[in-house]
Amino acid sequence: MVIVGGGVHGLATAYYLARNHGITNVAVLEKSYIGSGGSGRNTAILRSNYLTPDGVRFYDRSLKLYERLAAELNYNVMFSRRGHLTLAHNDSSLRTMRWRAEVNKASGVDSEVIGPADIKKLVPFMDTSERARYPILGALYHPPGGIIRHDAVVWGYARAADAMGVHVHQDTELTGIDVEQGRVTGVRTSRGSIATRVVVNCTAGWSTLVANLAGVRLPVQTFPLQAAVTEPVRPFLDTVVVSGTLHVYVSQTDRGELVFGASVDPFASYSTRGTLEFVEGLAGHVLQLMPSLSTLRLLRQWAGLCDMTPDFAPIMGHTEVDGFLVDVGWGTYGFKAGPVAGETMAECVATGRTPELISAFGLRRFADGSLVGEKGAAAVGH
Amino acid sequence: MILIPCPWCGSRDAGEFAYGGEPTPRPDPRTATREQWRGYLYLRNNVAGWTTERWYHRMGCRRYLTVQRNTVTNEVRQP
Ligand SMILES: Cc1cc2nc3c(=O)[nH]c(=O)nc-3n(C[C@H](O)[C@H](O)[C@H](O)COP(=O)(O)OP(=O)(O)OC[C@H]3O[C@@H](n4cnc5c(N)ncnc54)[C@H](O)[C@@H]3O)c2cc1C
Ligand SMILES: [Zn+2]
Repeated sequence: MVIVGGGVHGLATAYYLARNHGITNVAVLEKSYIGSGGSGRNTAILRSNYLTPDGVRFYDRSLKLYERLAAELNYNVMFSRRGHLTLAHNDSSLRTMRWRAEVNKASGVDSEVIGPADIKKLVPFMDTSERARYPILGALYHPPGGIIRHDAVVWGYARAADAMGVHVHQDTELTGIDVEQGRVTGVRTSRGSIATRVVVNCTAGWSTLVANLAGVRLPVQTFPLQAAVTEPVRPFLDTVVVSGTLHVYVSQTDRGELVFGASVDPFASYSTRGTLEFVEGLAGHVLQLMPSLSTLRLLRQWAGLCDMTPDFAPIMGHTEVDGFLVDVGWGTYGFKAGPVAGETMAECVATGRTPELISAFGLRRFADGSLVGEKGAAAVGH
Repeated sequence: MILIPCPWCGSRDAGEFAYGGEPTPRPDPRTATREQWRGYLYLRNNVAGWTTERWYHRMGCRRYLTVQRNTVTNEVRQP
């Protein structure tokens, strides 16, 4: 079978197909190099404090797989459990935090709402005073959250899949999908054709272009998401901090750099050029949270493409074309889902049945009007 | 910097505008099937290349306008 896209989703799907189901007659097609898409550009935040019960149990499974991934792949993915804070600066976000905390606890996920004094203990450099323009009223604190080395995850899955017999083809672009009588029969690529009955679309920001080749329409729009990193400084920030109101989040890597991100760019695009508007806005917002960072220098900024869905939840499983499956709609939050998406998509392909864990995420939900509604937990905090 | 050509104000920085996206024709609510209506709500072409879209000059004349934009290069031209 053919998997399109050599990001964490495509490679994890290939890995679990081989490991859990013994299926190794698999080709992963990647038009550039593995990890060249969102998987090598994200800010690597892992968490499971979502808003819907469907989302919470799904991401919780992923976090559990991530926790033992280094040992399983024999590859240091540098998972670092930091604790994750989502700040509330107004009553309505505080209400959403309480709601999330209750949904999380009901699913056995560690989350609670804490006040400014406890926030100050976790992040002494944060301005928790009432003088701030948007004073911090509280936060959703999620101890299991953390960060990971994204490149290592991609390489680790690729290496392990390759060792079991999967073929990973870099510099190989999918250019056509042959569909006969509603069924996939093969694919065409920039390096030749492959006969196959199964194609799994794991191409994130490019996923509508690939789906169009099979005649399938997806409710996905591609938006760039930017991020930036500072020069390294001594460790002072353990926790991942997110502020939806200020449209900013920050974490400190093991090397000491501060990684900053925000929400997606204001218009749809396939361009990955950074903009000055982004860094200007970002710097202003970061300084409202942590004024003492004003002398820090930014080293780099970059962008990646995000496949946004109307309900901020993924689209997974079968489509109306037999043999054409999708694992897309990962928006700004899909890196943390890599392991569980790979595990469930592999099961879906191998057994032909949709696993319970992803039954809420089918493509049909848009036509049926049963959306998942994850925006309150995924718009800024990725 | 991306300049959006406003027919009333001239070329202005994209930051002055709100993005309206691809125009999607609204089906007749009396006759549309559920499928058609949900398609109207959620499906977009998400073109990679030249596309026609609506923008709103929110910090200028506050009118809607139509521009063509290449979504791969962000080059913009008047339709
Ligand atoms: C700046 C930024 C910050 C983010 N922060 C986080 C975060 O903190 N936490 C989190 O969980 N998520 C985050 N994300 C989202 C996350 O990066 C993505 O959801 C995730 O990486 C998607 O993985 P993927 O494997 O589906 O897609 P990708 O990694 O994008 O891989 C898709 C691949 O498909 C290839 N491809 C496309 N078309 C073709 C074709 N025709 N033929 C062959 N190959 C093709 C591309 O080259 C690409 O390598 C962030 C994203 C960005 C951009
Ligand atoms: Zn104008």
